[in-house]
Amino acid sequence: MQLVVYSNINLIQIKMGETLFEKVWKSHIVDEKESGPSLIYIDRHLVHEVTSPQAFDGLRINNRKVRRPDLTIATMDHNVPTSDRSLPILDQTSAIQIQTLEKNCKDFGITLFDINSPHQGIVHVIGPQLGITLPGSTIVCGDSHTSTHGAFGALALGIGTSDVEHVLASQTMWLEKPKPFEIKVEGKIKNPHAVTAKDIVLSIIKNIGTGGGTGTVIEYSGQGISDLSMEQRMTICNMSIEAGARAGMIAPDEKTFDYLRDRKYTPKNYETLVEEWQDTLKTDGDAKFEKEFVLDINDIAPQVSWGTNPGMTCDVTDSVPTPDEYSNGDENQKKGAQKALDYMDLQSGVAIEDIKINRVFIGSCTNARLEDLIEASKVIRGQKVSSDVNAMVVPGSQMVKKQAEEMGLDKIFTDANFEWREAGCSMCLGMNPDILSPGDRCASTSNRNFEGRQGTGGRTHLVSPVMAAAAAINGHFVDVRTLDLN
Amino acid sequence: MESFKNVKSIVTPLDKVNVDTDQIVPKQFLKLVQKSGFGKFLFFNWRFDENENPKSDFILNDSKYDGSKILVAGDNFGCGSSREHAVWALQDYGFSVIISSSFADIFFSNCFKNGILPITLDQKTVELLQQETNPISVDLEKQTITTDSQEIIFEIDSHKKKILLEGLDDIAQTFQLEDKIVEFEKNSTIPSVL
Repeated sequence: MQLVVYSNINLIQIKMGETLFEKVWKSHIVDEKESGPSLIYIDRHLVHEVTSPQAFDGLRINNRKVRRPDLTIATMDHNVPTSDRSLPILDQTSAIQIQTLEKNCKDFGITLFDINSPHQGIVHVIGPQLGITLPGSTIVCGDSHTSTHGAFGALALGIGTSDVEHVLASQTMWLEKPKPFEIKVEGKIKNPHAVTAKDIVLSIIKNIGTGGGTGTVIEYSGQGISDLSMEQRMTICNMSIEAGARAGMIAPDEKTFDYLRDRKYTPKNYETLVEEWQDTLKTDGDAKFEKEFVLDINDIAPQVSWGTNPGMTCDVTDSVPTPDEYSNGDENQKKGAQKALDYMDLQSGVAIEDIKINRVFIGSCTNARLEDLIEASKVIRGQKVSSDVNAMVVPGSQMVKKQAEEMGLDKIFTDANFEWREAGCSMCLGMNPDILSPGDRCASTSNRNFEGRQGTGGRTHLVSPVMAAAAAINGHFVDVRTLDLN
Repeated sequence: MESFKNVKSIVTPLDKVNVDTDQIVPKQFLKLVQKSGFGKFLFFNWRFDENENPKSDFILNDSKYDGSKILVAGDNFGCGSSREHAVWALQDYGFSVIISSSFADIFFSNCFKNGILPITLDQKTVELLQQETNPISVDLEKQTITTDSQEIIFEIDSHKKKILLEGLDDIAQTFQLEDKIVEFEKNSTIPSVL
């Protein structure tokens, strides 16, 4: 704690340490009042086809322009087919939305990675891959999983379409300051090929609940986080929104700086910036968090969701809980759990490993990066997808796809009868033709198991890429700790 | 944006917790490029069966609640996706007040951009209001909810209250701070992307 004494006035002010979030917040305030929201400057605005058309319309109606096209980058990811890109898009409404983004980017001078670009991909995968994401910056996108970029020490926020318009017009947005929440991940995973970042973040949400982070920005810290690669850290920050948090952040370290070096858009003065970030982008020792939670990962198991929100999750070695076991006496939660079991067509007491699946989706901004595909490929090498199962891999970006193909991963997947697709959000939310049919049960590496999320009447179980791969081979969930993954 | 008008209406009690925006507007309706006409998609998979016939067990299909402007829902309303389409659907359907014991942050923020007043009350009061069968009144200026038997005071940030009452254009307000934005840009150390 630093004591600042103003000798000329009779005042002693004690300066408290600050959290990483508070530092980034403070360095982006354009205007603030005594109470209420502050006007925050936005360094990076990522745009996609679904949440932007109405925002561009708003600009046109009011005769406004995009203030900083040089800070705005667009791609198409939610709607795009993942099948042969040389064919026309059959869904006319999807085609119109994609054409609308092309026109908007042209009219307003915004760089677009279109459907045929080698840089096209899920916006939260390409941002870091292209070096657009930077530590200490503010990043917004009309998509809740923008929290992903917090893995680099950025303050990255999902926003609605009105705010997309506001940021396009002014490069700023009004935001009430969230409260800092520290989640310490302590310990060491014994088998990091079997128990992954996905299992860590699902364990966190299982414990704090889907509203546990509401009104906060989570900072993840501890040995369990610093041991993770950048791609794994992105998986953690990505799902902060599933705990209700406004954003998730991890203080940058050498892994962060290495990841962003020599990317397509890495700034020319990168090394100077790194020196500055090394000094500033960390939480001070005496900083105070409003909320704290500690997770010990020494003995955590692979996680599988059984219900209709990501907090309804248990160990692969558990059984589906009863509504009473899940709800801890809260009547509303108990009712919610019963509805979830009905929707999922599951009986309490059934062992998770006995749940049969008929679909597998390896993809999404949570788990479709190169490491995810490498780890999943180890499970399936030389094996075949169970005859009852349809399984697909949708790389997070065309760059991921190309890298994977250079390593021969596509061959491993297709030899095992997985479909190998073009990049996009795909069956994470089923806006394109990749959807579950009613009654399908899917092991999915995505982020949301909401009712109908992957297709009306479809049932989603959230798992890691290795768990999804093992389920594809076996036709049911298996504890991947029992497999030889080295 | 139109200014918020005080409301008197019966409440629609939605007895569910963790209502996510995928339920409020399912993804198949996010492909439209305009803001209007989303009311018919509100709670689509709960409202309609696979042949798009109304499901009799869903509350919005009970004619008793026709014309209701006040939705009273369980905890953590609006969680999940940032899609503002959820708010457009609620508004287009006719709701202008949503009451819950808690809201997800992005949804909460989106409400104010579209003239919808989200009110956070303690869980017990929310449950009481869900039982209310007579019309209740919501007065934003006075920050009160009035039922036949009681008056409930609710909290709202003064800036947000002003936005709703005056129907302010956020962007026009921000443009008045142009000098400050320019000043910020001069000192920013984060380089442009290109």
